[in-house]
Amino acid sequence: MLDLHGYGGSILSGAVITIEVALLSLIISMILGIATALAKLSKSTIAHGIAIVYTTVIRGIPDLVLMLLIFFGGQMLVNELAYMVGYEGYIDINPFVAGVLTIGFIFGAYMAETFRGAILSVDGGQLEAGRAYGMTGLQVFRRILFPQMMRHALPGFGNNWLVLLKTTALVSIIGLEDMVRVASLASGSTQKPFTFYLVVSVIFLVFTSISVGYLQWLERRYSASVRREA
Amino acid sequence: MDFSIIFDNFDLYLQGAWTTIQLVFLALIIGLIIALPLAILRNHKNPLVWGPIWVYTFFFRGTPLLVQVFLVYYGFGQFEALRESFLWPFFKEAYWCALLAFTLNTAAYTTEIFRGAIANTPLGEIEAAKAYGMSRWLQIRRIILPSALRRALPAYSNEVVFMLHGSAIAGIITIVDLTGVARIINSKYYSPFEAFIAAGLFYMAITFTIVFVFRKLEQRYHAHLRPRS
Repeated sequence: MLDLHGYGGSILSGAVITIEVALLSLIISMILGIATALAKLSKSTIAHGIAIVYTTVIRGIPDLVLMLLIFFGGQMLVNELAYMVGYEGYIDINPFVAGVLTIGFIFGAYMAETFRGAILSVDGGQLEAGRAYGMTGLQVFRRILFPQMMRHALPGFGNNWLVLLKTTALVSIIGLEDMVRVASLASGSTQKPFTFYLVVSVIFLVFTSISVGYLQWLERRYSASVRREA
Repeated sequence: MDFSIIFDNFDLYLQGAWTTIQLVFLALIIGLIIALPLAILRNHKNPLVWGPIWVYTFFFRGTPLLVQVFLVYYGFGQFEALRESFLWPFFKEAYWCALLAFTLNTAAYTTEIFRGAIANTPLGEIEAAKAYGMSRWLQIRRIILPSALRRALPAYSNEVVFMLHGSAIAGIITIVDLTGVARIINSKYYSPFEAFIAAGLFYMAITFTIVFVFRKLEQRYHAHLRPRS
């Protein structure tokens, strides 16, 4: 059988970190994505402008470059700010925080496009009706807009999630001990890089397969109201 | 911020940009050549034909490009037989390893894009081709591919941009592409903002050029779909 030289446990805990990074950045990207989508559709020129710049810049630059910029640049910025307010010590940016924030920030831009299309597909008259009933903006969002836009957002959302899951591998480069990093360390000491990277690949395949299955189930659920032939 | 560092090292950035463009272009061209027959065979009825192709695309679309690059660059050295074969000088070089991994990756995505486009060919067109007595090969060449490749254009333009962005990984395995240059400049001058923002601007310029070219291509090849004014 497969001999992992006692690294099986640390790879599994690395896999847990991969999932944690992925889920936390997913939450951040969804919040940013919905906010940006609403900003893009709003009448305010400033909000609209900021949203356009944000999505354009993010989609023009590789995620790895953004991650290195935020990790190394953020490190410098934080320390300079701390120095200005009189702090003498050195602050290390936590790679977990840097990774989650960067991936969330990047995928917020992709989510924004998905959500924008989804919001546009909800009948405007229903939103007006909600407001006519005296609902607050948040209530209209929660009761009318969100449940209906999810059906249209799901396919794009699912794609973004699958890409995001794979992007988490990049956090290994800034030193976070996710499963890719554990595999690197393990292959360094055992001289078996192919074995370890293959194990990590298989774990990723399991994650993506589970995601695809779950997304298909969700899509069926949210389309329950849509009548289909045969 | 002091962007004079960038102007002093502008040549280095240009070289890095050239390496990036070269890598991406080669990977895309070879990937396209591999993907076309695979996409056609992927729609075959026999599971022995489409099965292996499905496994191939499943693996390369389900795992991170970074891990694929590591598998080739670090992983292949694990095999004694390969280390002693005539192929080793090739797999020892980071450049060729990156090119191999990028090519296999983009070929897998492109295969699935084309497969979808081919499967969506209107049945009437194929029936008409059959009625004209065209052979299967002639149908593919004259009817299926011309319309499928047109339909695949928007998705393929996304794939090209993804490949460009994914190629930044080359900078991690010692290749001096745009990201590699930025990493060198950052460690030499300790100036992460200038180094990575400059690289980002180069990537943006390349990205928007790609988007522009594909928009022109779409205007040309989707001319029959435009509403007549």
